[in-house]
Amino acid sequence: MTDTVLEVDSVTKTFPGVVANEDVSLTLDEGEIHCLLGENGAGKSTLVNMVFGLYRPDRGTIRVRGQDVYFEDSGDAIAQGIGMVHQHFQLIPVFTVAENIILGNEVTKGALLDLDTARRRIHALAERYGLAVDPDARVGDLSVGEQQRVELVKALFRDADILILDEPTAVLTPGEVDDFFGVVRSLTQQGKSIIFITHKLREVLAVADRITVLRAGKVVGSTTAQGATQQSLANLMVGRDVVFRVEKADADPGVPVVRVRGLRSQDDRGAETVTGLDVEVRAGEVFGIAGVEGNGQRELVEAICGMRPATGGRVEMLGEDITDWNPRRINQLGVAHIPENRSKHGVVAQYSIADNLVLNRYSQAKFSARGVRNTSAINAEAAALMEQFDVRATGASAALSTLSGGNQQKVVAARELTGELRILVVAQPTRGLDVGSIEFIHRQIIALRDRGVAVLLVSAELDEIMALSDRIGVMYRGRLAATVDAADATREALGLLMATGSSSATDREKQ
Amino acid sequence: MSRPGKAEAGITRASGHLHRLLTEAWRLQPLYVSLYAILLSFLIGGVLISMIGVNPLTAYWALLRGMVGNGERLAGSLARSVPFIGSALALALPFRAGLFNIGAEGQLLAGGLTAAYVGALSWMSDVPGIVAIPLILIAGTMGGAAWGGIPGVLRTKTGAHEVISTIMLNSVVLFAARWMVGSRDPVVLRDTDSTVPRTDPIADTAVLPELVDSQPVLHTGLFALLGLCVVVAFMLNRTNFGFEIATVGLNPHAAHYAGMNVNRVIVLAMAAAGAFAGLAAASEVSGTNGHLQPGTFFLMGFDGIAIALLARTKPVAIIAAALLWGSMLSGAPLMQQEADMSIDVVRIIQALVLLFVAADAIVRYLFQVREQGQQGQSPFQAASVEGAV
Amino acid sequence: MTTLEHASSLAHAPQRVRLDRGTITSLLFGLLGVALIAGVAPAIDSTTRRFNLERPPDPAGIGFHPPTWIIAISVFYLITAILGFSPHAARRWAGLSRVLSALGLVPLALVLSLALSDNAGTNVTNLFSQSLVLATPLALGATTGLWSERSGIINIGIEGTMLASAGVGYMTYAVVGEASATGWLWFSILISVLAGGLVAALHAVLSIRFGVNQIVSGVVINLFALGLTGFLRSEVIFRTGNTSGVSTSDVGLPLLSSIPVVGEQLFRGGPIYWMMYLVVFGTWLVMFRTPWGLRVRSCGENPHAAETLGINVLRVRYQSVILGGLIAGLAGAWFSMESQGGFEDNMTNAAGFIALAALIFGKWTPWGAFGGALLFGFSRALGTRLQFLGVEVSGFEIPSEFFQSLPFVVTLIVVAGAVGRSVGPAAAGAPFQKSR
Repeated sequence: MTDTVLEVDSVTKTFPGVVANEDVSLTLDEGEIHCLLGENGAGKSTLVNMVFGLYRPDRGTIRVRGQDVYFEDSGDAIAQGIGMVHQHFQLIPVFTVAENIILGNEVTKGALLDLDTARRRIHALAERYGLAVDPDARVGDLSVGEQQRVELVKALFRDADILILDEPTAVLTPGEVDDFFGVVRSLTQQGKSIIFITHKLREVLAVADRITVLRAGKVVGSTTAQGATQQSLANLMVGRDVVFRVEKADADPGVPVVRVRGLRSQDDRGAETVTGLDVEVRAGEVFGIAGVEGNGQRELVEAICGMRPATGGRVEMLGEDITDWNPRRINQLGVAHIPENRSKHGVVAQYSIADNLVLNRYSQAKFSARGVRNTSAINAEAAALMEQFDVRATGASAALSTLSGGNQQKVVAARELTGELRILVVAQPTRGLDVGSIEFIHRQIIALRDRGVAVLLVSAELDEIMALSDRIGVMYRGRLAATVDAADATREALGLLMATGSSSATDREKQ
Repeated sequence: MSRPGKAEAGITRASGHLHRLLTEAWRLQPLYVSLYAILLSFLIGGVLISMIGVNPLTAYWALLRGMVGNGERLAGSLARSVPFIGSALALALPFRAGLFNIGAEGQLLAGGLTAAYVGALSWMSDVPGIVAIPLILIAGTMGGAAWGGIPGVLRTKTGAHEVISTIMLNSVVLFAARWMVGSRDPVVLRDTDSTVPRTDPIADTAVLPELVDSQPVLHTGLFALLGLCVVVAFMLNRTNFGFEIATVGLNPHAAHYAGMNVNRVIVLAMAAAGAFAGLAAASEVSGTNGHLQPGTFFLMGFDGIAIALLARTKPVAIIAAALLWGSMLSGAPLMQQEADMSIDVVRIIQALVLLFVAADAIVRYLFQVREQGQQGQSPFQAASVEGAV
Repeated sequence: MTTLEHASSLAHAPQRVRLDRGTITSLLFGLLGVALIAGVAPAIDSTTRRFNLERPPDPAGIGFHPPTWIIAISVFYLITAILGFSPHAARRWAGLSRVLSALGLVPLALVLSLALSDNAGTNVTNLFSQSLVLATPLALGATTGLWSERSGIINIGIEGTMLASAGVGYMTYAVVGEASATGWLWFSILISVLAGGLVAALHAVLSIRFGVNQIVSGVVINLFALGLTGFLRSEVIFRTGNTSGVSTSDVGLPLLSSIPVVGEQLFRGGPIYWMMYLVVFGTWLVMFRTPWGLRVRSCGENPHAAETLGINVLRVRYQSVILGGLIAGLAGAWFSMESQGGFEDNMTNAAGFIALAALIFGKWTPWGAFGGALLFGFSRALGTRLQFLGVEVSGFEIPSEFFQSLPFVVTLIVVAGAVGRSVGPAAAGAPFQKSR
């Protein structure tokens, strides 16, 4: 079984200002699972996007089954039997499963689409690989797990035998991850070869045959699962010794300063996704909310920060009923909010760093008088904050869009974490950041906790929740299914709660 | 991409020289694209003119003399340009907030109707000009603001896209005006002594003082609209409201997150746009005509769009663009007279200008103008259009 | 509201009652019903009137008693209002009853205006066929928008595309065919269609190749068309002397047009009018039943997903926008060579924008858009008809301007979402950059 099906030979790819891949080589043998490991921004996605024909390498060669290949677009890659499941699913929500699967590779009868034949073929594939999908369901109505199956069937429908899975477990619960590994192994048994991209060390050791580690666009090591430990892989990935635990003292919680009672709220499509949620956060503690994405976390955060109307229940902060206050009034009470989607909500990319640093404070007396902006005060503030938060940029007047993701997040943090802060609501604070930035943000959150700030942390990364929180609530279908002390929490128990909303396995059977 | 032919290379090289010359001579960096667009349009216009058998130089010489040939023509050109400043500002301000106001024509008409109504009230002739003139201007401004605010409210309450609703409101107010100004039974605003449909003449006290007795008359409304440009520029660049407008335009989600009242900004921006158009209309009614005819503002809204885009929505640049636009229209009749061709030639040159200004990438490509840092990106290459149309 | 009041109101109403668009519409129908029963029905002239089915003299028709009809419609409106606020079980009928109520506005308007005029009857078959004819450019324009927007390119420039092709087509006719020869007429219609494709190609290049904001590009095209056609009319068409010409002649459908009473009126129309049905049907077939249609739709919903499947998004968008432009060209030909033989400045008169409203009304589907076009066609036909009838309210004749503005008001109401929220293609308006 040692035929090499794919060979990446000294490939280099640069984008304006960045060398994304430099002299990267990689081989994939038939029937193996080859893990590509590296932290955010290491160049993993760039590499596989070249293999899938979405990017064209500047230098170097890609060979499929010994033949040099040059892909003009991903259609060429698909023709060579390469399939890819993207980190962000490439599905069309308003199409049915069958339409999504056949798109680009349509089954026809004469000039017209032949959906009946397509359905039959999809059923056959689903049966063969144990990937149950309903061809007539609308993709937008499916859960993330089901959507991932659709993506897999999509690749298999094109007779792919080289599969690229880009961070496939990011959206799954620990239990679903185990099931997914089962599917991946059965695929290799049927002769498929798999490139598996992740930044999670635990998964690498569980599933990989071989491992290649990327750092800053270069291959820094290659090994097998047997020859590696989490610590050795982490050191390779980051390039220095990594401390897994966040250093923190025990919490010294005070009185509850956030009380949410029976909160209800709806998502943009009008479906109720927060369904009567109760939570209390005390001063000086980090309350972590874990859960599979899409269980109402986004609406919860937006509703308590005034960005989304509550359709029921109430939110109290520092003794005030703030239900339906606007974001500015809540902010003035001493509530900071680091939003989940930084580029959508947190910043104006075209603005200067200085303008972004006063985005929600521009009307304070310090920065304006009688409605006229005080530019020098704004610039002075920006210079001070950039210094304090170590924002690396050419100056306060540089456009925010010129900054790296980590520095952009530091700008948001700098803006939110200054002033008279009493409560911090923070969602997915480290998504897409490199390890250095992650550590910085984590230290800031713990430092605030130690100053007596109440922190409500929402994250899809269970590791992050467990590392930072003092208490953990698991959100399931719009409510907290359970609240546990972080000291007593285990991955397995939390995973079960995330998947089923209940802590006993028998309930899971019933579902 | 095919290799550029010899001729094309020649043009590119020549324009490269020209470009360097301009760089060194005037330092008008942000306006390059607009200048080149104008140049290119006159070139293509010249080709069209020669195609219908007229020497383009003769035509353009006549046009130029029509525009600025003598003091009176120059004053006429200025006068013709004044209302365009208002209608261009009516596009520019909402544009900064991410809104595309096609409704300046309707807002002009709404403002003109209120101004004409207030100006012709019987007691107006009893109050002194110092009261009457502000009154008629404020009336026009309010009328325009009210009509302009409607699409803002519709956008925020129902999601109706302002492009369609403003166009529909243009038609609605036009029919309303035709009826109000034209109907004899019942008489609403019609001057019953006049054979053509028009409103009663406004009171003498409400007439803006005349500067030059040109055709059309140059009056002090000029100062009102020049002042307006300065005020709007200050507001956009230096005030919190300007910051809110820009934030809503660039990223409404972030504006919402930052506690700005996005809906209020949208309604205010649209109402302000209507107010600018209304003021321009009032100045026309009060200073130029003394009454209102329903067709007075025909196409003036569309001209405003072109002018605002030509000026890249910068209020002070709007003054220059409006002067160019208005004087071209004002000079066209002389060209018609001397070169025996219709004034529509001017229209097509203007259409070409607009095309090249919006598609500045074409101009940059032809003239090899490099993007000037981050500020060089065209304001019209907005990342994405909000809401489906 | 102070914090205290707020808190207490919360305590009493944990689940707040929400007045959504639907219930408000139901309520408005209810109020209209009450007003009609209490105010209009008793006051109105109760002489019997007739809906005629054919032209005078001695037309076949249906006689009716205006107050009775008004009361009947009003009672239905009251039912709609009750359904809108009824408990859950009956709610599912509420939507249907709102749609029927909206359709009921048509006979209501006719009955009311006949009763308010001096006329004893009016030809409703003819009114219906006029609506269809007037819907032609709107349906074609909406189909243009459909192709463009389903592929992800917002097209505000339909108006300009139609105007430019109307002008260019008629100019061709005036120049080469002297606006009289049928053979040249067809040639000119073809030129019209191609001109539409060309203008759309300009829009495509601007918004796809040069990344110009799609709304700006569309508006620019509208202004450009205005300038171009003004120039062509005065410098070319006018100089040929052929300012008016022969337009297409009506074609009757075999068999159907010989149906007694209504056949001749309903199944006779111009060739472009008949082509409109083919275009709408063809659009539906290609867009929803063929691989290429699936690809077009995918580019408008998620171009990145389409790209990962090897679809050339930019090419599909070019093709789709230009196809739409060809259709707009046909609509342009309708204006200058079927509806009238001649070209006037701005003769499309905002039809392109109304077509967009029809598209929104039809929720971006071909038949829905056709339905929307029919609605606007009807409101225009009705406006003209009522103007003829001379409707009087308490001694004052309603001015013709009121009826002329009817289609624009209806458009406003439609885009304001009175018929329910309509969601367009997800990626429309967002420029797409190919990965490299």
